[in-house]
Amino acid sequence: MATADDLKFQEFDDAANLLAANPDATTISIDEPIEIPKNQHSRLQEPGREEDDELLGTDDSDKTELLAGQKKSAPFWTFEYYQTFFDVDTYQVLDRIKGSVFPVPGKNFVRLYIRSNPDLYGPFWICATLVFTIAVSGNLSNFFIHLGKPTYHYVPEFRKVSIAATTIYAYAWLVPLALWGFLMWRNSKVMNIVSYSFLEIVCVYGYSLFVYIPTAILWIIPQKVVRWVLMVFSLCLSGSVLVMTFWPAVRDDNRRIAVATVATILLLHALLAVGCLAYFFDAPELDFPAPIIPAHNGTTVVTKSH
Amino acid sequence: FPGLADVSISQDIPVEGEITVPVGSHSPDEDYSTLDEPVKDTIMRDLKAVGKKFVHVMYPRKSSALLRDWDLWGPLVLCVSLALMLQGGSADSKDDGGPQFAEVFVIIWFGAVVITLNSKLLGGTISFFQSLCVLGYCVMPLTVAMLVCRLVLLVGTGTVSFIIRLIVVGAMFAWSTLASTAFLADSQPPNRKALVVYPIFLFYFVISWMILTFTPQ
Repeated sequence: MATADDLKFQEFDDAANLLAANPDATTISIDEPIEIPKNQHSRLQEPGREEDDELLGTDDSDKTELLAGQKKSAPFWTFEYYQTFFDVDTYQVLDRIKGSVFPVPGKNFVRLYIRSNPDLYGPFWICATLVFTIAVSGNLSNFFIHLGKPTYHYVPEFRKVSIAATTIYAYAWLVPLALWGFLMWRNSKVMNIVSYSFLEIVCVYGYSLFVYIPTAILWIIPQKVVRWVLMVFSLCLSGSVLVMTFWPAVRDDNRRIAVATVATILLLHALLAVGCLAYFFDAPELDFPAPIIPAHNGTTVVTKSH
Repeated sequence: FPGLADVSISQDIPVEGEITVPVGSHSPDEDYSTLDEPVKDTIMRDLKAVGKKFVHVMYPRKSSALLRDWDLWGPLVLCVSLALMLQGGSADSKDDGGPQFAEVFVIIWFGAVVITLNSKLLGGTISFFQSLCVLGYCVMPLTVAMLVCRLVLLVGTGTVSFIIRLIVVGAMFAWSTLASTAFLADSQPPNRKALVVYPIFLFYFVISWMILTFTPQ
């Protein structure tokens, strides 16, 4: 297949170095993730960690980080330095998006999809799309909710775009910065096997926000139950991507700190979703005037008046 | 210099010659200086160039004229007129109204710069200002749509007028995106075309949304 060949060419250095170092290891390719090596068992420290090899990719973690350092050798004031962060093709971006929406249990997003080629294209444009999707969907949903009211005058609410942009970009860049700093600090105290570069963390966060885009569009539906079900569903999907990425990085640490870190990650993620829902989308059935139709029960009246 | 003390040049020996530095290419534009031409000629030349580019946008064909002789006058005029037409919208409070002039201006120019940077970072071969020029000129169908919308809103503000506006804005949005893609897509690496086209789509979608949601006082 052409895509497999392209992939192999891109990871040429990776595979060559790895195979030179340990000929027994199987190479991982994106098309067949089930080929994760079984014969790496002999090289494990503890037998209980077998299933975690798929998460860790222990063999290539050091080498891929070395190679990641080799790739970005241009000085940071040249244009070429920043071009290395956009070295992705269309199908790679689509694969990464697919990996964030359908998280395979047990597979680490970074190891599987990023693999020492973190890009800034995905995080930046997913955040931009999310900003405008939330603003437009919020505006539309408010319009439909207040449609029949005689006192309602439609306003485009353009200020909310700037607020949405600030919030989402701050979340997508500052939280990874804080998390990266925290992981570096813990790394200096406890030898973790897995450590992520700052760009890889930004990448994971950016791609994990993708599932909120269809969620925001579906939030136009003015039913509270539907909205909360959608929220929980999308939170589970994107949260699981984050958890499966960061759990191996903190697992070696003190149990409480590891659990607290993962819990904080999930909490911030949930806060973002809940905050967006509360601020940009008016609650349906807010102060809808009850019509004169005799009602069987309260909720039926309100929904019928749509 | 003692030897030259008694050298004198007779008055009737003409001393002439040519002092020119040989230049590789002598383009015909430099044969006459544009400094002495009447101001009307200068202005008309620039206006004709801008007008020719408008025609190129209206009938988008792959032509290199738009790319080669870029200018930013057209985008400036379009941006300012679009931002002006988006004023006067309804606002219950200052905070909830439509976009202010500065916001439209910043969105168009900053958006165009970001898209250009994006396409260059992905490996595109187009130059920075050429890309800005194309993106700015392709705002023209949307400016026309804004004009039509304001005229329709003068007549009525009901559902029919909304449907008309929706159709017009939708058609112009498609036109803008296709026109700019026709000009810009060739300079991108082949397996990244979609990555470059998507931000352009988003850019014109945001402008179309601003136009569609414009409601008069």
